[in-house]
Amino acid sequence: MFPHSEFIQSAARKVCALAIAAVVSTSVFAAELGYPEKEELTFGFIKLTDMAPIAIAYENGYFEDEGLYVTIEAQANWKVLLDGVIDGRLDGAHMLAGQPLAATIGYGTEAHIITPFSMDLNGNGITVSNDIWEQMKVNVPKMDDGRPVHPIKADALKPVVDAYREEGKPFNMGMVFPVSTHNYELRYWLAAGGIHPGFYAPHKGDTSGQIEAEALLSVTPPPQMPATLEAGTIYGYCVGEPWNQQAVFKGIGVPVITDYEIWKDNPEKVFGITAEFAEKYPNTTVRLVRAMIRAAIWLDENDNANRPAAVKILSQSNYVGADYDVIANSMTGTFEYEKGDKRSVPDFNVFFRYNATYPYYSDAIWYLTQMRRWGQISEDKSDDWYKDTAAKVYRPDIYTVAAKSLIDEGIVDPAGFPNFDTETGFKPEQTTFIDGITYDGTKPNEYIDKFPIGLKNGDSI
Amino acid sequence: MATTSIAEKSSAQLDLQDRLKRYLTAATQYVAVPIVGILVFMMLWSAAAKNIETSLGNFPGPAAVIEQFGSLYEEHKAEREKEGAFYERQEKRNAERVAADPTYEARVRPYTGKETFLDQIFTSLKTVMAGFLAAAAIAVPLGIAIGLSKTLNTAVNPIIQIFKPVSPLAWLPLVTMVVSALYVTPDPVVPKAFINSMITVTLCCLWPMVINTAVGVASIDSDLVNVSKVLRLPALKHVQKIVLPASVPMIFTGMRLSLGIAWMVLIAAEMLAQNPGLGKFVWDEFQNGSSNSLARIMTAILTIGFIGFLLDRAMLEIQKFVSWDKASVSR
Repeated sequence: MFPHSEFIQSAARKVCALAIAAVVSTSVFAAELGYPEKEELTFGFIKLTDMAPIAIAYENGYFEDEGLYVTIEAQANWKVLLDGVIDGRLDGAHMLAGQPLAATIGYGTEAHIITPFSMDLNGNGITVSNDIWEQMKVNVPKMDDGRPVHPIKADALKPVVDAYREEGKPFNMGMVFPVSTHNYELRYWLAAGGIHPGFYAPHKGDTSGQIEAEALLSVTPPPQMPATLEAGTIYGYCVGEPWNQQAVFKGIGVPVITDYEIWKDNPEKVFGITAEFAEKYPNTTVRLVRAMIRAAIWLDENDNANRPAAVKILSQSNYVGADYDVIANSMTGTFEYEKGDKRSVPDFNVFFRYNATYPYYSDAIWYLTQMRRWGQISEDKSDDWYKDTAAKVYRPDIYTVAAKSLIDEGIVDPAGFPNFDTETGFKPEQTTFIDGITYDGTKPNEYIDKFPIGLKNGDSI
Repeated sequence: MATTSIAEKSSAQLDLQDRLKRYLTAATQYVAVPIVGILVFMMLWSAAAKNIETSLGNFPGPAAVIEQFGSLYEEHKAEREKEGAFYERQEKRNAERVAADPTYEARVRPYTGKETFLDQIFTSLKTVMAGFLAAAAIAVPLGIAIGLSKTLNTAVNPIIQIFKPVSPLAWLPLVTMVVSALYVTPDPVVPKAFINSMITVTLCCLWPMVINTAVGVASIDSDLVNVSKVLRLPALKHVQKIVLPASVPMIFTGMRLSLGIAWMVLIAAEMLAQNPGLGKFVWDEFQNGSSNSLARIMTAILTIGFIGFLLDRAMLEIQKFVSWDKASVSR
């Protein structure tokens, strides 16, 4: 069903050629996987803790072990980052899962971007301003010690939004990009609580995403979220770490829910490169995936034992740059909701466990279903279209080559990986969504019809 | 004999006293007064800083800034050590690779680590200088031509008047797009970001230099022009011997103005376009939002100011050096 034989073939050809060339070579390593075709690479990232695999692969020398000389550059926002990858200024980047998909189907800038490596699970949160929290708190059930019961549903926010609407005041919230995980998570959470987040209508030229909206969502780059909330331009936002914890530290807002509670172990960032890059430099592609797999393992091994060291690296000004304490809050297995209400969320950031790095087709399809649900995909698509699109963008074949070569060289333990002989790329039915709706990646159209709020089959704006 | 000697002595003494007095007044005027000024400013700053509470902690006072100067320098040293280790590892890896694969042409790749604060200062200086020199190369000949010819002046004047008030930052998006479209080499010698900032700087340096040069040339003393006419100097000689020397003060006034503006614009352009340099440093620190960020931004501001001051002084010295009329240059 998923024809990636070209890639495997070309990689295999290279391997054969090199095997012959390296008969006299003492290095077994080079004989198995060719040297990188391109050695100097530039990767982009946005200042978020989930860029960690790139930083760790650099700092721990994993890129250099592969013969890659990587320069890592922070980007101003997701649009600049995507354009950088498309026009070749960047060789690859830390991307939102929706970005390669949207670019490939031509929503926004059209370009064939692929992802051979999924960077992490979870790691986002929704934060509201102190003022909104005061109004919403009364609707939240409390535990015996007076602390609110988590997860907090958007049902608690609904009366607040209704009150704003009655007064004719727009209820503005921020998310980081139209095809971001955060947009879909925020929408999912709001809609699950009966608040309509609005539709897109790209075929009519309306990409504001505010048609019929009760809560108006708009784009703000992640690092500017706290400042924008503080300025009162938005009442809440959905963003990755450390920008939720930053709000707690600055005392300007309260995180109400993490994405782990909206959808347990949801796929988050991916590593994006152009299809052209993967084709032109197959060895380089496999090698950069190898380096990042090793980084992901290091981040999660021994029950997150390396996380404090990772936080120290991330707090450097050229990476995330926020204070150690702010980053450590979420990276070391805890999450602080209201100031002082620190709770244990061991899986808040997952980099390797639960096959976090494997690019599952079913994850890609979930994002596509949400694009359809909110009108970014304006017309009905067949189940096959969803699968083909996912297969065009998500490339477990490249991942498999990289992982297997690491296993063969004895660098990594095969136990941490899926069984590559039987893996279909589809996760079993998932039931851990906040609204209790089950998701089966093989039946996208059936899934879309289950939502009370959102476009269904046959609907259009 | 004796009396004269006493008189001489006393006059010498008087002279000495007088000179001492003058030195002292000069010292108070040029050293003590500025020091008092700086101290008062520091006190006001420190007091104000304590009372400004931001969500990232107190506004940085002088002490926090001095601390950041230290820590930025430490970071610079640490980065240099990392750089050394990077080259060592690379050399070893290249040697291994060549041993395994003799056809491989080992190259030494430049360090891939981050740019430190000091590196960024140099990047900014390089950019501003390149932009400034490019502007001077265009503006001075253009200004001379306009100054010499009334017709040309009338023709070009409206264009200059319209473009002069445009903030070069407004040009930035266009510059970025045009550079991306035209500057396509697989292995660029200078990065695109550098070209973008440089052209933006050039655009803003251009106008003050053109105008000042033109005015300088147009207002040459008519006696000098007449001398040239009497001697029947050819056009080029006329420019070389009469026009240039006579308009040097004005040309340099334009250059000083331009350089000042260029430095201000460069920082803004770097912030906006995320081009490497001090502007990007400020923006990155703002985005980081760590407890050191504000102090680091303040550190950058003082550095920017100090460098701007040095650039201005340097231009002044050059101007003094090349002017025939030393009196016309002051402050």
